Amino acid sequence: MKRNPHTTRGAFVGLAIASVALLTACGTSSGSGASGASDEPMAELGDTEGQVSILAWPGYVEDGTNDPAVDWVTPFEEDTGCMVTTKTFGTSDEALNLMKTGDYDVVSASGDASLRLVAAGDVAPVNTDLIPNYEGIYDFLKNQSWNSVDGVAYGVPHGYGANLLMYNTDEFPTAPTSWDVVFDKASENAGKVTAYDSPIYIADAAVYLMAHEPDLGIENPYSLDEEQLAAAVDLLKTQRESIGEYWSDYLKEVQAFTTGDTVVGTSWQVIQNVLEGEGAKTAVVLPEEGTTGWSDTWMISSKAKNPNCAYAWLDYIASPEANATATSYFGEAPSSDAACEYREDCEAYHAGDADYASQIWYWSTPIEECLDGRTDVSCTDYAAWTAAWQEIKG
Amino acid sequence: MTSAHVESRPRRTTARAGSAFLSTHPRTRLALLLAAPLFWLVIVYIVALALLLVTAFWSVDSFTGVITTEFTLDNIIEVVTGSLYQTVTLRTVGVALAVTIIDVVLALPIAFFMAKVATPRMQRVLLIMVLTPLWASYLVKAYAWRSVLSQDGILEWLLAPFGGHTPGYGLPATIITLSYLWLPYVILPIYAGLERVPDSLLEASGDLGGKTWPTLRLIVFPLILPAIIAGTIFSFSLSLGDYITVNIVGGTNQMLGNLVYTNVGAANNLPLASAIALIPIVIIFGYLFLVRRTGALDNL
Amino acid sequence: MRLSRPARVTLGVITAIILVIVYVPLLVVLVNSFSTSTALTWPPPGFTLEWWGKAFQSAGALEAVLTSVQVAVISTIIALVLGTLISIALQRFEFFGRDAISLLVILPIALPGIITGIALNNFFRTIMGVPLSIWTVVIAHATFCIVTVFNNVIARLRRQGTNLEEASADLGAGIWTTFRLVTFPQLRSALLAGGLLAFALSFDEIIVTTFTAGSGVTTLPIFILNNMFRPNQAPIVSVIAVVLVLVSIIPIYIAQRLGKGEEVKR
Repeated sequence: MKRNPHTTRGAFVGLAIASVALLTACGTSSGSGASGASDEPMAELGDTEGQVSILAWPGYVEDGTNDPAVDWVTPFEEDTGCMVTTKTFGTSDEALNLMKTGDYDVVSASGDASLRLVAAGDVAPVNTDLIPNYEGIYDFLKNQSWNSVDGVAYGVPHGYGANLLMYNTDEFPTAPTSWDVVFDKASENAGKVTAYDSPIYIADAAVYLMAHEPDLGIENPYSLDEEQLAAAVDLLKTQRESIGEYWSDYLKEVQAFTTGDTVVGTSWQVIQNVLEGEGAKTAVVLPEEGTTGWSDTWMISSKAKNPNCAYAWLDYIASPEANATATSYFGEAPSSDAACEYREDCEAYHAGDADYASQIWYWSTPIEECLDGRTDVSCTDYAAWTAAWQEIKG
Repeated sequence: MTSAHVESRPRRTTARAGSAFLSTHPRTRLALLLAAPLFWLVIVYIVALALLLVTAFWSVDSFTGVITTEFTLDNIIEVVTGSLYQTVTLRTVGVALAVTIIDVVLALPIAFFMAKVATPRMQRVLLIMVLTPLWASYLVKAYAWRSVLSQDGILEWLLAPFGGHTPGYGLPATIITLSYLWLPYVILPIYAGLERVPDSLLEASGDLGGKTWPTLRLIVFPLILPAIIAGTIFSFSLSLGDYITVNIVGGTNQMLGNLVYTNVGAANNLPLASAIALIPIVIIFGYLFLVRRTGALDNL
Repeated sequence: MRLSRPARVTLGVITAIILVIVYVPLLVVLVNSFSTSTALTWPPPGFTLEWWGKAFQSAGALEAVLTSVQVAVISTIIALVLGTLISIALQRFEFFGRDAISLLVILPIALPGIITGIALNNFFRTIMGVPLSIWTVVIAHATFCIVTVFNNVIARLRRQGTNLEEASADLGAGIWTTFRLVTFPQLRSALLAGGLLAFALSFDEIIVTTFTAGSGVTTLPIFILNNMFRPNQAPIVSVIAVVLVLVSIIPIYIAQRLGKGEEVKR
């Protein structure tokens, strides 16, 4: 179900950027407590309340209404007696606004929303001791900058994925090993190259520049000063001349690679899986420069009316079978090794492969305060990236 | 019911008294008629629109993300002088004009055939055939065109034997798809306009020796011009604000709608989005103004 | 009109060609609804009835259709009332500001949907502090649907003149009675045509809806948009489209028959 979420995970935001800036500062230095951090996590669980209200990306909480065969909510309801009501949101902004109403107990937050939720005090720290399945989760997903503050966990990791390089195996008999096929060598396939349609794609160009233009001194693709951003923009403007179309939804990308309208470009593992099913001649590779990706987190509202059911959901969705079902439907790697016993495609997603995961720069919101710790310059924020992206597309 | 019968004596009720009062006070009648619709349109629409325009003169604090309600011309200046906005505006207006022209050219013969040539039975069938595609969802149709226009699609397959090729994804594809989507909205008013042209008028022209073409040009065309303009308002404005079709079949292109959408949805910059939105507003007002001078708007 | 035979034939042929082109993409949709390809690729690699079976089990799709019908019906009713009132006012009275009002009616449809969308979104959320819901969608839809009713009704009023109404008044009928028994019956087919167009406009609207719908409100176009991002749902969307097209023929046909029945044959 890639997706809206991605577009919109792409749809990063400027709101409350200040607070993120503050928090990130807290995350990297010692810093004083952020407003949300003062909330105490739950000490022990009580009786479940009989209901729970979940705010999630479409495809994260499926109860069979879209497809009777896709249902991991009913078993939860039967097990815990917590009846689930779900709302889906299309953008991280929408999620932030809805969380402010206090009507939701649980939210699935992406890297660009999670810290803003913490900063706004809308989500509470999570006592991971109360979540037995937390233990099985991959270590490299725990206590990361997008799901914790000062070592305090604010949620349970759900699934993650990488933006991969997809190519047509007829056009590329030997697998490309570098992103240069969509950058410096893009003109070889002019009109048949694709790129992800979002300002956050600038980070992909930055990852490429990190490897090929070390003089620019890019340390973190989400932390670019004016000069570094300009270099990325130049690269992308040159790339645009060879682009056939930008893509933002799943279906568009699958169609373009099946018909041969597109032969090379960024993609997701789930798209490759669909294309394989269609019998298309495509393959994906994680190029040597590394890549960008996403990692989502389940968080609990600080105003949760049903905290016990909320903890029950966090535990349930981290449980191997439920996590496997949900992440498999969504098309991403699960959060634990145990989940892989319920999935046959874990290998394709490189689940649990820490080396693989370490090559991924997970999406974060670019902010003025440089994420890489530089203090002598100010970095370009997401608003600047958006303007730049529109300029690139022309 | 009784009051409808002439022979029954009107009863003295308050309703009747009110009715009598109203029939002698047309101004009150007018006020009552207009109160609800005007309240709705002004409160819901004009106020919302005005507030949006005011927002264009505000700015977003990029640090806090909060809208600063301090007057600034920055957004307007950026939109007016930025080369990006000029390029995209020209592209968007070009697409909207092309779509409008294509739709009118296609709609005229079909509407004329329906209204003046087809038998009543045939007319009914044709009208259904024109209306039916409206129900097949905008997105489904746009994706269907994506499939048709693909390098592997039906169009390529049809044209290849004659040495032709599909235009692929890009502006031509956008124009084709948008023309397709809005065609029924252009056919309908023109058809309705043609239906209102009395056949006797055309026959009189014929009797007086008028040839087909001059009759059409000198008699029919002026009569249905308002209807044509009504149709063009649909196709022009719907194209001007579209950002979904161009995403699906437009290749790398973006239109004004995309710029507005990105600034609201992704960048959270409503002031800049409002400033960009001023471009289509000015264009549409300009168009309506032109149309008004031809007197066509009064007939709409 | 006495068109020459070649002219009639030419017109007929042009009409036929245009209609064929109009139906090609719909045919693609129909074929795709049986395709084994979940990405709607062409030509279909094989055929299956799977999607038809699944579509009819999809509670989400059914719910979305019901939501859309609900929104479209309520907006159409509001548009019918407001549109009729305003056309009577404009057609039967001379007053200062008539032009401004007719412009006001046209504006919501003449301005691009994205502008209406963000204006109303801003108005509801930040100015009024009203949370977005199904009612904000209804308000938005009704606003731009007024014009279709207005167009049809005012044209009819202009054509039918005031003779009958005056006669009714002369015979002692009150204003309400005259409207109910004289004006309204004559307007019926115009209302039907305007209402049908309003319904269609609302039913398939996506841009304004995106900006005015509460997050729990899933109209059919929004459902379809969401499902374009879910695996294995694209063919089901094709099925829904095909069913809608087939179902829509019935009300349009009935409306047509009713409409035609009242009109004098040319």
